[in-house]
Amino acid sequence: MKNPIPVVFLLFSSHILLYGQVPGNAEIVKLPELQKIIDAPSEQIKVVNFWATWCAPCIKEIPLFEELNAERNDVKVFLVSLDLDLDPNPAKVYRFMERRGIESAVLLLNEKDPNTWIDEIDPDWSGALPATLIVNGSTGERIFIERQLQDGDLEQLIRDVK
Amino acid sequence: MNTKTNLFLFACFVLLAAGKSTSPDGYAVGDRVEDFKLKNVDGKMVALSDYKDQKGVILIFDCNTCPYSKAYNQRIIDLHAKYSTMGFPVVTINANDPNISPGDSFAQMVKRAKNKGYTFPYLIDESQDVARAFGATNTPHVFLLTKTGNDFVVAYTGAIDNNSRDAARADKRYVEDAIGALMTGKDVPTTRTKAVGCGIKYRNT
Repeated sequence: MKNPIPVVFLLFSSHILLYGQVPGNAEIVKLPELQKIIDAPSEQIKVVNFWATWCAPCIKEIPLFEELNAERNDVKVFLVSLDLDLDPNPAKVYRFMERRGIESAVLLLNEKDPNTWIDEIDPDWSGALPATLIVNGSTGERIFIERQLQDGDLEQLIRDVK
Repeated sequence: MNTKTNLFLFACFVLLAAGKSTSPDGYAVGDRVEDFKLKNVDGKMVALSDYKDQKGVILIFDCNTCPYSKAYNQRIIDLHAKYSTMGFPVVTINANDPNISPGDSFAQMVKRAKNKGYTFPYLIDESQDVARAFGATNTPHVFLLTKTGNDFVVAYTGAIDNNSRDAARADKRYVEDAIGALMTGKDVPTTRTKAVGCGIKYRNT
C-alpha cells in the first residue's frame, strides 16, 4: 500500500459515524455482569435506574439521578439503558449521554428474550419503563419501584433501605 | 385467644396486606373478565359482549407513540388478518393520558387507524378504568381472552412474541402458540410473559 494513512483515517472516521464517541462512563453488559454489580457488597446505597432514550418519563427523571450521583458520596448511581433491546446500535445512547453531559455510570444491557430475565432483576417488575431499584450494599435490602420518580422520592427511598 | 396469638395473627394480616399492595393488580390467567364498552375511532361504541359469538378476543393495550407499539404494529395487523376468521379477532385499546402523551390523543388515534388501514377496533379508554381493571402495564400488552360459557376468561397475558426487533427472528410466538393450543383443546403452553415496553401513561391518582 502506497499511502495507508487515508485508509486508517477512513476506518476511524466511519467508526465514529457508526457508533459515535464512546463515553468513558458507558459500558455494554450482559445480565450476569449487571447482577454482579447489583449484588456486590458495598458501603454505598446503589440506585439502579432502568431507562431508554425513547422513554419520555425516563428522560424527565434523569436529572434527579444525576443530581444524586454528583451530590452524595454514600450513593452510587447506575443508569441501565435498555435501548439495545429494540436497536442493536448503541450510538443513540452515546449521543444522548454526550448531549446531556451524563456523568453517572451508564450500563447498556445487551440481552435477548426479556421474558427470561425481567424476573431476575425483580419479580415485581412488569418490564415497563421507567423503573428503579434501590439496594443497600451492606444489608442487601432492596426496594423496587415501577414509575416515574418526582423530586424528593429518591431521598425518601434511600432513607427507606437504610 | 392470648396476646401472643393475637399478635401473631396481626403480624400475618400485616404481611398479607403488604404482599397484596406490591403484587400487580388486575386480571390473572383464569380470571373472568367484566364486560366493558369504549369509544372506537369511528365514533361508535364497542363492547366486549359484542364478541359473544367468537371463540375469543386478542385484546391488546396499545398506543401511537411507543417505539415498541410501532415495532409490533404490523404484527398486530397480521394477527387480526390470520385469526379473525378463526374466531379470534383483535381489539386494541389506548389508555395513555393525552395530557402526558399528546401523540396518543383521540384525534391522533383516528389518524393512526386510518393510515394503517385498521380493520379492527382501536378504542379509547379515557377514564383508564379498563386498563386498570386488566392491570395493563405497558404497550403493547396482550390479554388473550377465551369464551367459556357466557364469560370471557384470560387465557394468556404478556407479549406477542420474544423478539421486539424482528418478527422473523422470534423463536417463541406466545399469542399464536396460545391460540393454537386453545383451538386444539390443549393447555396453553406459556400463560404469562413479560417484555420491555413503554409504561402505560396513567394519571396520578
